[in-house]
Amino acid sequence: MKHHLVIGLEVHVQLLTRTKLFCGCRNQFGLPPNSATCPVCLGLPGVLPVMNRRAFELAVKAALALNCEIPLFTKWDRKNYYYPDLPKNYQISQYDLPLSRNGWLDVESPAGNRRIGIIRVHLEEDAGKLTHDEQGKGDSLVDLNRTGTPLLEIVSRPDIVAPEEAKAYLEEIRLLMRELEISDCEMQEGSLRCDANINVHVAVPDGCFAATPIVEIKNLNSFRAVERALKYEASRQIAEFEKKFGKEWQIREGQPREFAGRLVCPVMDAERGQPIPKATAGWNEDRGVTVVQRSKEEAEDYRYLPDPDLVPVVVDPAWLDEMRSQLGELPAAQRRRLQADYALTAYEAGVLTAQGRALVAYFEETAQTAGDPKEASNWIINDLLQVLNESKRSLADLPLKPRSLGGLIRYLKQTGLNKQRGRDIFARMLEKGIEAEQAAGELGIQVVGDESELAEIVRRAIAANPKAVADYKNGKKKAADAIKGAIMRETKGMARIEVVQRLLLEELEKVPSDEKA
Amino acid sequence: MAEQQFSDPRNPNSSSSDESLGEWPASVLAEHIRDGRLKAEEVAEYFLSKVRQRDASIRAFLRIDEEAVLRQARQIDLRRQQGEPIGPLAGLPVAVKDNICVGGEQTTCASRILEGFVPPYDAGVITRLKDAGAVLFGKTNMDEFAMGSSTENSAYFKTVNPWDRRCIPGGSSGGSAAAVASGQVPLALGTDTGGSIRQPASHCGVVGMKPTYGRVSRYGLVAFASSLDQIGPIARNVRDCALLLQVLAGHDERDSTSIDRPAEDFCDRLEEPFESLTIGVPREYFAEGLDAEVEQAIREAIAVFKDQGAQVKDLSLPHSPYGVAVYYLVATAEASSNLARYDGVHYGRRAEQYEDLIDMVCQSRGQGFGAEVKRRIMLGTYALSAGYRDAYYLKAMQVRRRIRDDFCRAFSECDVIVGPVAPTPAFLIGEKVDDPLAMYLSDIYTNPANLAGIPALSLPCGFTTAGLPIGLHLQAAPFAEETLLRVARAFERATTWHERRPSFPDATES
Repeated sequence: MKHHLVIGLEVHVQLLTRTKLFCGCRNQFGLPPNSATCPVCLGLPGVLPVMNRRAFELAVKAALALNCEIPLFTKWDRKNYYYPDLPKNYQISQYDLPLSRNGWLDVESPAGNRRIGIIRVHLEEDAGKLTHDEQGKGDSLVDLNRTGTPLLEIVSRPDIVAPEEAKAYLEEIRLLMRELEISDCEMQEGSLRCDANINVHVAVPDGCFAATPIVEIKNLNSFRAVERALKYEASRQIAEFEKKFGKEWQIREGQPREFAGRLVCPVMDAERGQPIPKATAGWNEDRGVTVVQRSKEEAEDYRYLPDPDLVPVVVDPAWLDEMRSQLGELPAAQRRRLQADYALTAYEAGVLTAQGRALVAYFEETAQTAGDPKEASNWIINDLLQVLNESKRSLADLPLKPRSLGGLIRYLKQTGLNKQRGRDIFARMLEKGIEAEQAAGELGIQVVGDESELAEIVRRAIAANPKAVADYKNGKKKAADAIKGAIMRETKGMARIEVVQRLLLEELEKVPSDEKA
Repeated sequence: MAEQQFSDPRNPNSSSSDESLGEWPASVLAEHIRDGRLKAEEVAEYFLSKVRQRDASIRAFLRIDEEAVLRQARQIDLRRQQGEPIGPLAGLPVAVKDNICVGGEQTTCASRILEGFVPPYDAGVITRLKDAGAVLFGKTNMDEFAMGSSTENSAYFKTVNPWDRRCIPGGSSGGSAAAVASGQVPLALGTDTGGSIRQPASHCGVVGMKPTYGRVSRYGLVAFASSLDQIGPIARNVRDCALLLQVLAGHDERDSTSIDRPAEDFCDRLEEPFESLTIGVPREYFAEGLDAEVEQAIREAIAVFKDQGAQVKDLSLPHSPYGVAVYYLVATAEASSNLARYDGVHYGRRAEQYEDLIDMVCQSRGQGFGAEVKRRIMLGTYALSAGYRDAYYLKAMQVRRRIRDDFCRAFSECDVIVGPVAPTPAFLIGEKVDDPLAMYLSDIYTNPANLAGIPALSLPCGFTTAGLPIGLHLQAAPFAEETLLRVARAFERATTWHERRPSFPDATES
């Protein structure tokens, strides 16, 4: 059965500001409960919010990095709902005039380079945290430290076509936010949160596609959970469709809507002739299933109104230009440039870029010193990243500077030392913060550089391997490899292989062919 | 008639601490305290004695801590003795409406739901009063959460009109206006969301002013309708009103809506005559529902201006008839959101018995709010609800803009707009409690100034035959408080209405 997944993500990102969005309290994870609070974020009577300029700046930067339009006028709205983690019983958010809209993000997805649309990016205050008694008997505890911390909401268009792509999109957002120091995006600490909307367009006989009811999956607290939950939910929806279509579900005759080049009709409740409302689901990590909660009969009514305590924000175009100029090169552009300028593959460019700007800069300096970008990329991806991951050290803490790594690559090329020898030297350099030649010296690696010395070794090897020589002379060119192996053993791998090759052939030519017994 | 009399203010220089103190303008009291001719403690003692004599019948104060009052006054005297600067309001008692937070003191908004709530912070205006040397003089009664026009909606008790104790003092700043009118305090703070300073000032025969929106910090004012609320002064005369405004006005970085502009001196040019003055008289003001005696008093007031050489301009504010409708949508919509925080979860009153979280919130709010507050929360919730928002809230916001534009046009043709403050003088207690719409219509002349954000003032301009005061409403362009006060002072100079005092049994003994 032919089908397409339709996925949209709503991502919440906590901003790395020193203080909260509307008061001077610290914005910091892990403080003792209710210690970072004041009358403003506690919502005491009579106090007023004052916007944190820095938070607005970071939000605009994020929106610019997501290629959004930034209107020159934006305002704050109250979203009214009652909840004990929300002391004012309204959240200050943005409704009809968000600070940005209509952006996109280029993502390296398994399906190739894909552009995912962004509907809007807006700023709002976070709510507090409730801790419920495990048995459901005792009181619930309220911690208002997080109340009023700045939160960026990034709403994608339903352009994502696969769970893997959803993960790639999230990874790209995290990379962007970290690179621009907008957020640390730690899903475990809740500084990046994700709700996923998903449904499936299933081909039906008349050439149309039937759209299953949208399900919003909440409580996704890892990248893996997002991918797994979407996979599970997609198959659950397809199974449900197969079971119900033509019975409880049908599609209504009438105007199909076009979506991604497909004609799409939503499935209807056959009995009531009504569309099936959107449902909410939770993700159960242990069981690996989504649990669909009953869909609400009525949509929640937040009774939005402009917040009269805050003045609208008027954005200065010159300031906006300044913000734009501070963005620097963003990951997507970086990936393109690494491929174009250094002839790296998409994979290599992707791996390097994903590590952040510092590593890309490291690569570029290494490549320039080495004069060989490919080798620089190989060394960094295969060896340096492993060291970084295992040692949990940051690039800046490594004693191995990019120029030294470039030097190593050059040295290996000059000497013809093999990869294993190279790794030994690399390890020594890392350990001591020294240059390649010095490291090689300390390891007792002496390159046999003198050709006459090497020619002598070659001659000795020829003499010691008459059988192989005879085979070679009889046309078995492969036989030379055995002699070469003997030479390399003799030199302990410290001779340049191409020189050995040349000398060996020269010396073999000198051996008369009638020498066979 | 029995309850009114002309009091002869004695010469302030002739005596220092007898009964006549109460007749002295606050500005004169302040001067004497600064000079050392009068002690702040004596002044405090005097007004506390008036509270003891009079408040049992007036009931203007919700709470007053005599010790705290005397402590502040002695502190002023001490500082003066030590040669420290003591500020423009030094030693002057100022009563504070109970929706303005005073750190460490109970602030209830005359509501059960905030019973026992003690804010840990001072409102912006309280900080300014303290810095100016004022003596904070108790918290005054009001309509619950400032919702009302009669102070009958207080959850605690009703305040009466000092001129006729069968009548309401007006509201919602009825406690502040009655306290000043009954000579219990020379100055008071009120708050005005739709007329809550001007209407009680009018009904009590005192001067009350709502400044331009943004002129005075709202930090620490418990919000009713944030885009309309302003704190303002209530006093016996225009100069005292200007003196208090001078201290209240100014930017506060804790209130984003407070305007950052250089301070003007409201007292300096108060007595200066006008080169030319044009007063605007909107024809919409003299319509059905306006009491004949009130209309008469306003017409006479206009004549006073004319006699002084003012031009009188007939003009139109075509959208002002929609003021009440717009006001009761905008104000209630904001209130429904502002009052959502009183849920019994974090502070204030929590119901004693409840089944679960939702029940706890419902019970706490159900028990904690009075009928009028509930009515307005419901109205506002309705106006913002999906399906009604466009027709009510958004439409109201559009008409609000038209109302503002009307004023803008009008002020290109005149300096101040003159009219009645309220369509009737103070009505009887209980007269309108069962008719909310009639109650709402008593704000018909005052609502538009809040919707437009312009400054407006009420000052005495006559009395009914029954002896109830009538207020004259003066409105000016945004930030034209100086003009407004000068015009008011010009009227005051030409009339004697402000000299009348309600009578008290204690005033006759001497």
